[in-house]
Amino acid sequence: MPKVTVRPDRPATAPPPEPAPPKTRRRSRRARASAAEPREFRSLVSPHTLNTPRGRLIYWTVLTCVVVVFTAVFVFPLYWMVTGALKTPEELAQIPPGFFPSSLDFGVYAEAWEQLDLGLFLTNTVVYAGGAWLLTLAFDVSAAYALSKLRPVLGKAVLGMMLSTLMIPPMVILLPAYLTVKELPILGWDLLNTPWAIWLPAAANGFFVFLLKRFFDSIPRELLEAAQIDGASAGRILWSIVLPVSRPILGVVSILSVVNVWKDFVWPLLVLPDGEKMTISVGIASLAARMPQNVMIASLVIASIPTMVVFLLFQRSIMAGLTAGSLKG
Amino acid sequence: MSTTTAPASRPRGPGALRSGIRRNLTAYGFLCGALICFAFFSWYPMVQEVLLSFQRTNFVDEPTWVGWANFRTVAEDAAFADAWLNTIAFTGLALVFGYVVPFVAAIVLNELRHAKAYLRFVVYLPVMLPPAVAVLLFKWFYDPGAGLFNQILDLAHLPALSWLDSTDTALISLVIVSTWMNLGTGTLIYLAALQSIPGELYEAAELDGAGLFKRVWHVTIPQTKLILLVMLLLQIVATMQVFIEPYLLTGGGPENATLTVAYLMYQYAFNFGDFGGGGALGLMLMVVLMVFSAFYLRLSRDNQS
Repeated sequence: MPKVTVRPDRPATAPPPEPAPPKTRRRSRRARASAAEPREFRSLVSPHTLNTPRGRLIYWTVLTCVVVVFTAVFVFPLYWMVTGALKTPEELAQIPPGFFPSSLDFGVYAEAWEQLDLGLFLTNTVVYAGGAWLLTLAFDVSAAYALSKLRPVLGKAVLGMMLSTLMIPPMVILLPAYLTVKELPILGWDLLNTPWAIWLPAAANGFFVFLLKRFFDSIPRELLEAAQIDGASAGRILWSIVLPVSRPILGVVSILSVVNVWKDFVWPLLVLPDGEKMTISVGIASLAARMPQNVMIASLVIASIPTMVVFLLFQRSIMAGLTAGSLKG
Repeated sequence: MSTTTAPASRPRGPGALRSGIRRNLTAYGFLCGALICFAFFSWYPMVQEVLLSFQRTNFVDEPTWVGWANFRTVAEDAAFADAWLNTIAFTGLALVFGYVVPFVAAIVLNELRHAKAYLRFVVYLPVMLPPAVAVLLFKWFYDPGAGLFNQILDLAHLPALSWLDSTDTALISLVIVSTWMNLGTGTLIYLAALQSIPGELYEAAELDGAGLFKRVWHVTIPQTKLILLVMLLLQIVATMQVFIEPYLLTGGGPENATLTVAYLMYQYAFNFGDFGGGGALGLMLMVVLMVFSAFYLRLSRDNQS
């Protein structure tokens, strides 16, 4: 944003008529306004094309269209949800629908909170996500540290086995995983309806181990060796040296692990069937049909607030995780 | 992964063996938490998946080995072919929208100089909704009476559709929800990839007289080829597991029009109590998806190095 201040008041400087090619690529549908900026990196459409009156017209048309379409497609449904909850059942059934609710009575949100017991579901979800986060950090960080810095015998094989789980899509081992939780092999424990059914599987995340290990690999050896000579134990080195310098990756892993648990549906649906233990997604889905429509929609709004808040707070880390997660890292 | 072991750097001598053992014990001490979790919840279920599909399990007696019987039962089910065809159709349609649209959106966003932050934020909004919320929201939009979509059609003087209630539109309705929910991820990933394309390439192409679409075809696509491929595989693997949409929206109906393999697997296990049949379906899905996953891992590793 800040670096594009030069743009619209610049027409006078763009007079040199374009050379040969432009006539043929007049179809260019978008344009860049900040052409004058020399450091600006060049993309598909040349800055030059954009500085012509025609290029600018096309640019602003396309920009307007994109903003309108994106708003309509991605924001409008959310607007409809938030205001839909405020409408009375009669208003909801009304054809054509009103764009604004006739009265602003937020009582329906309180009603949804009460009737669906959302407080309980939200608390449950916080407990599951929080525990999964702690366990994930504890287990995956120490595993990655061991694999990266302590290099035990068979370490590569262990890492390979952990990475191989990335090849197995979660849905295809759903049934055996459910049976495992129902009766843990050897130990015979039944973890159904306990938070452990969420926490432990969440900690077995090959992708997090991989991300962490790669980050730890980049920490210079000398740093750790110096501490070792000073007599620091492996645990101490992890705590006092590795963790403090790894804050960015820990942030990414933290957010991903919390969001994963929060958004999951199928797994909690299976392993937490008890009405008292459900997560907010499963709870709403199982109770929705029995509620008046505006109460149901209000509960959807309430359920999406936490993830939206997380998103607003940690937008940067989420984006970082996304690109790290996909391919480049 | 250039972690070449350097044996020379390790101390040699009388104490070396003992310190080596100690180092390994410490390392496995750090590893044990993760190892236990992986063993119970990833590795064991992988093995168990195979066993499950060849056994009859009723949770009272010991499981008995039944060979291919589970596969035969499942394959003879009239719903079997429907489930596979629907899954393939769903994946195909989801690719057409969920693969092409984000790429085009990313190219357009990359050219824009204004409102970029807003657009990036907005396109990622649905991804942040819990999927169950997004799906239930669309269930309300699809309502044949006062649902948003039919109201919009009405405003445009178009005939109302029955969305989830008709065999013609049910599957595509699921694809729409699924695409809406996931579009943001792809868009942002492509956007990141597009920003790494050197501008000189476009310049050179332009000097050679390449028009806009030619530049996309000869510069943008080749430059992002690897990411496009990786995302293609990722998307296939993700969409073939589709479950939550049919579970919450249609229950597989009408007339099996939205029954997917994952949903049928769930039904076998939790509605019919036949974990062997469910396991057989899961194994079939696993074999298909592993082919794509293997390519995906391969490619993303090449990409990293």
